[in-house]
Amino acid sequence: MSQPHNQENIALELCGIDKKFGAVHANCNIDLKVPAGTIHGIIGENGAGKSTLMNIIYGFYVADAGDIKISGEIRKLTSSKEAISYGIGMVHQHFMLVDNFSVLENVILGAEEGGLLKPSLRKARKELERLAKEYQLNVPLDALIEDLPVGLQQRVEILKALYRGAKILILDEPTGVLTPQETDHLFKIFDALRNQGVTILLITHKLREILAATDNVSVMRQGEMVAHRKTADTDKEELAELMVGRKVRLKVEKTEAVAQQELLSTSNLTYTDELGVDRLKNVSISVKAGEVVGIAGVSGNGQSELMSALAGLIKPNSGQINIGDTCIDAQSPSSAAQVRDLGVGHIPEDRLVMGLIKSFTAEESAILGYQNSDTYNGKLLNKPKVINQECARLMEDWDVRPRDPKLRSSLFSGGNQQKLIIAREVDKDPNILLIGQPTRGVDIGAIELIHKRIIELRDQGKGILLVSVELDEIMALSDRIIVMFDGNIVGEVSAQQANEKILGMMMANIMPDELQQTTATTPGEQL
Amino acid sequence: MNDSKIPAWVSIIVLPLINILFAFAFSAIIFLAVDVNPIEAAQTMINGAFGYQEGIGYTFYYATNFIFTGLAVAVAFSAGLFNIGGEGQAYIGGLGVGLVCLGLDHTLPFWALLPITMFASMAFGALWAFIPAYLQAYRGSHIVITTIMFNFIASSLMVYLMVNVLNQKGQMAPVSRVFEASAGLPGFHTIAGWFGYGFAESPMNLSFLIALLCCVLVWVLLWRTRWGYAIRAMGSSPSAAEYGGINRKRLIIIVMLISGALSGLLSLNEVQGYAQQLKLGFVAGYGFTGIAVCLIGRNHPFGIVLASILFGILYQGGAELSFDFPNIDREMIQVVQALVVLFSGALSLMLVKPTERLFVYLDEKKKSNNTNAAEA
Repeated sequence: MSQPHNQENIALELCGIDKKFGAVHANCNIDLKVPAGTIHGIIGENGAGKSTLMNIIYGFYVADAGDIKISGEIRKLTSSKEAISYGIGMVHQHFMLVDNFSVLENVILGAEEGGLLKPSLRKARKELERLAKEYQLNVPLDALIEDLPVGLQQRVEILKALYRGAKILILDEPTGVLTPQETDHLFKIFDALRNQGVTILLITHKLREILAATDNVSVMRQGEMVAHRKTADTDKEELAELMVGRKVRLKVEKTEAVAQQELLSTSNLTYTDELGVDRLKNVSISVKAGEVVGIAGVSGNGQSELMSALAGLIKPNSGQINIGDTCIDAQSPSSAAQVRDLGVGHIPEDRLVMGLIKSFTAEESAILGYQNSDTYNGKLLNKPKVINQECARLMEDWDVRPRDPKLRSSLFSGGNQQKLIIAREVDKDPNILLIGQPTRGVDIGAIELIHKRIIELRDQGKGILLVSVELDEIMALSDRIIVMFDGNIVGEVSAQQANEKILGMMMANIMPDELQQTTATTPGEQL
Repeated sequence: MNDSKIPAWVSIIVLPLINILFAFAFSAIIFLAVDVNPIEAAQTMINGAFGYQEGIGYTFYYATNFIFTGLAVAVAFSAGLFNIGGEGQAYIGGLGVGLVCLGLDHTLPFWALLPITMFASMAFGALWAFIPAYLQAYRGSHIVITTIMFNFIASSLMVYLMVNVLNQKGQMAPVSRVFEASAGLPGFHTIAGWFGYGFAESPMNLSFLIALLCCVLVWVLLWRTRWGYAIRAMGSSPSAAEYGGINRKRLIIIVMLISGALSGLLSLNEVQGYAQQLKLGFVAGYGFTGIAVCLIGRNHPFGIVLASILFGILYQGGAELSFDFPNIDREMIQVVQALVVLFSGALSLMLVKPTERLFVYLDEKKKSNNTNAAEA
C-alpha cells in the first residue's frame, strides 16, 4: 500500500466510505486520495464496487459512513446537483444526451439561465468556444447529436461537465464504444485537461487503458480498496493479480489453426430492420472447421444482426446462408430451433436478454433452446431429475459457482451466468459455434477459462464465429479477422497481420495501405 | 441486483396475509363510520361463510367459479398475456353446456352428459378466446383490447339467442327451459349422501372437484411439461424464448385456447350445476374477479385456491352481512372486496420493502446472537 504521499493539494479525498445495500457490502471502508491535476484510475472487476463508489462521489447515493473531502473540506453530498456545485462532473457509460437537440442545446440543458433561451445560448456559445480552444475539444456546436459519431458525443458530455464548472471529472468506462484511434484522441484530451488543472477519475476494467492514460491507480476488489500504485511502478500482471486476488495468465496459448472444410457461409446477405435502416449490406463470409473467425467493429455496425441472422432469429431480406448442406434464404422459413437442429450453437451477445431467463432457476436456464429434447422429456412430463443432474454436471464441468442448480439465474455473477450458457451450448456438441461478446462483464478469472476452452473447441475441429467489441479478445482468439463498418465488410486480415492500428483504421472504414494490394487481388482469401 | 433477501415462504404466505390484514383494517374504519362494530361485522361474515353447512356450501360454490376464472387468467399471464375476456369466454362456454343439456338431457344421465358438457364448455370458451388470440399473434391487435371487446360481443350474442332462439315458446322471459333433473350435476349434499354423510342442501356441486383437478393439471402443465416451460419462458422473457426456438405465434394461440377453456368450465358450475337452465348474465362478474384472484394467488394454482376461498368468504359472508346489518348494503361489501383487491393486487408491492427490511433485520439479529453465543 503506497498511497501517493505528497504535500501538494488533494482535490478529492475519501475517508472510510462505507455503503451497504441490504446484506450486500458494496463499499467497505474505502480510503482514497486524488491529488489535483492528475489522472487517477480506478480498476476492478464487475461488482467490485467501483460504480457504487463513483455514485457516492457524484451524490447519487449517500454513504452509510465516512467523509468526502473536496479540496480539503468535508462536504455532504446528497444530490448530484450539490456535487456539480462543488465542481464534480460525471460522464456516464451510457450518454445522457437528447438525440434531436443540437450540441449547444444539450450543453445548456438543465443549466439555462432565465426563462428565455437566447441569452443562455449566446453565453454558452462563447464559453464553449473558449473551452474548445483550451482543451482541444472541437465539436460542431450546431450539429444535432444524432448526426455525430459516438466519439464526438462523448466530447459533448465532457463539455457539458466542464461548462458546469467541473474541476473533478469522473468517466465511467469511457472507451467501451470507441475505436482505438478515438480512444487515443480521448487520452490526448485527458492530457490537455490535466495540464489545465482538471482532475480526472477514470473507471475502467481495461488494464491497457490504465497503463496508457493514468498517473496513479487504485484497485478495488469485492467492495474494498486493495491497493494504490503509481502507474509507472506497476504493470499488467500485477494489476490483474490485485484485481482477481490470484495469479492470472493473460495470454491465450494457441497453435496455428488447421482449417478444414467449410461449415458455414453467407453470400450477399442483406437485412433491413423495421425502421428501414440497412443493417447488413451484401455480407459474404465463410467459416471453416478448425478455425476461429473474429468479427471486429465498433458496436452497432451490423455484427449483432449478422449473428441474429445466422442464428435464425431474424430473416434476411436477400442473400443466402449455407449451414452444411442446408441453404437458408429470404424465402425459406427459419427459426432458432431449426438452426439449432443443424448443429449450430449460439452464445448470444446479451446473456440477460437472450441467453438465460433471469427468473428461472439455473437448471431451467440450462435447457433453454433444448427444452424439447428427448433427454429432458418423457412422453408427457419432463424429467426433473435428469434436468437437475445435467445442470449439476455442466456446472462441475465449467466451474460454475455456486454449484446450485436450483438457484435463480439472476443470482449468479455475470461470469458464472456466461459459463453456464457456454456450457449449455457446447455440451450439445455443435459443429458451428456463434459466440457473441463471450466475456462482456465477465471477471478475469472466468475470461481465462472461457478463452482457453474456445481454443480447445477450435482444435477439436469446430468452426467458430466470434463477435466481440474487445479488440484484445478478437486478436487473441481469432485466426482470421473480418472488420465490419455500417453493415459492410471492410476487409479481412489474418491473425499474423492484425494489429491495433490496422484494425482501428478498418473499424473507421479506412483501408490501411499495407492491405490494399492483397485485398484488391484476393478478396476474402488471405489465409 | 439481489432480489431475494427474504425466504420464499415469507413472500408466498406472510406478505399476502399482511396485505389482507391492511384491507380489513381499512374496512373496519369504514364500518365504524356507519356505526357498525367491525368486530361484530367480522363475526357475522365468518359465521355466514363457515358457521353452518349451507353457508359453507355457498362459500365453496362461489370459490368454484373463482378457481376456474383465476386459473384462466394465470395460465395466460404465465405467458405474458393479459386475458381479461374470461367473462365472455365463460358466457359462451355456458352456451355450449346449455345446448348440450337441452339437446340430450332426455336421453342421457348426468354422468354420461358430463364428458360432453365439459368438452362443450371448454370448446366454446376456447373458441371465444381463439379469435383475439389469432388477432394478437398474426395481426398485432392488443389482446387486452380484443378480449374486453369480445366480452361485449358475447353479451349481445347471448341476449339475442336467449330472446329469440333459446327461450321457451310463448314466454317472455329470456330463459331456456329447466333441464331434466337427471341431467344436472349432483350437489355436494347428494355426493355426501352417497358416502353416508349428511350435508345441508347448497349450490355447491361436483364441479368444485373438477376445479381442484384443474388446479393440479394446470400446475403440472406449467411446471412439469415442455409446453409449460415454453409458456413461462415467453412470459418471463420473450426475447430469450425466441432465442430458445419457441414459436411465439403458435404459443399465443395455444395458451389462449387453454385459458378460454378454463373460463368456459365455469359454466359447468353455473349452468349444469346451479341454475340447470340457460339464462342471461349468469357470469355476473366472476370473469373479472378472476383477475384479482389470480393476482392475490400470485399466479400459482395453490394460491388461486386459497384466494378463491377468500373471495368465496367475501361473497357469502358479505351477503349475510348486508342481510343482518341495515346500515350495510351490497355496495359496501363491494367496497370491502375492492379494498382486498387494492391491497393485495395494486398495492401488493407496497409492503415488500418494509417486510424485507424487517426480515433482514431479524436475520442479522439472529446471526449476531448466534455469534455472541458462540463466543460465550
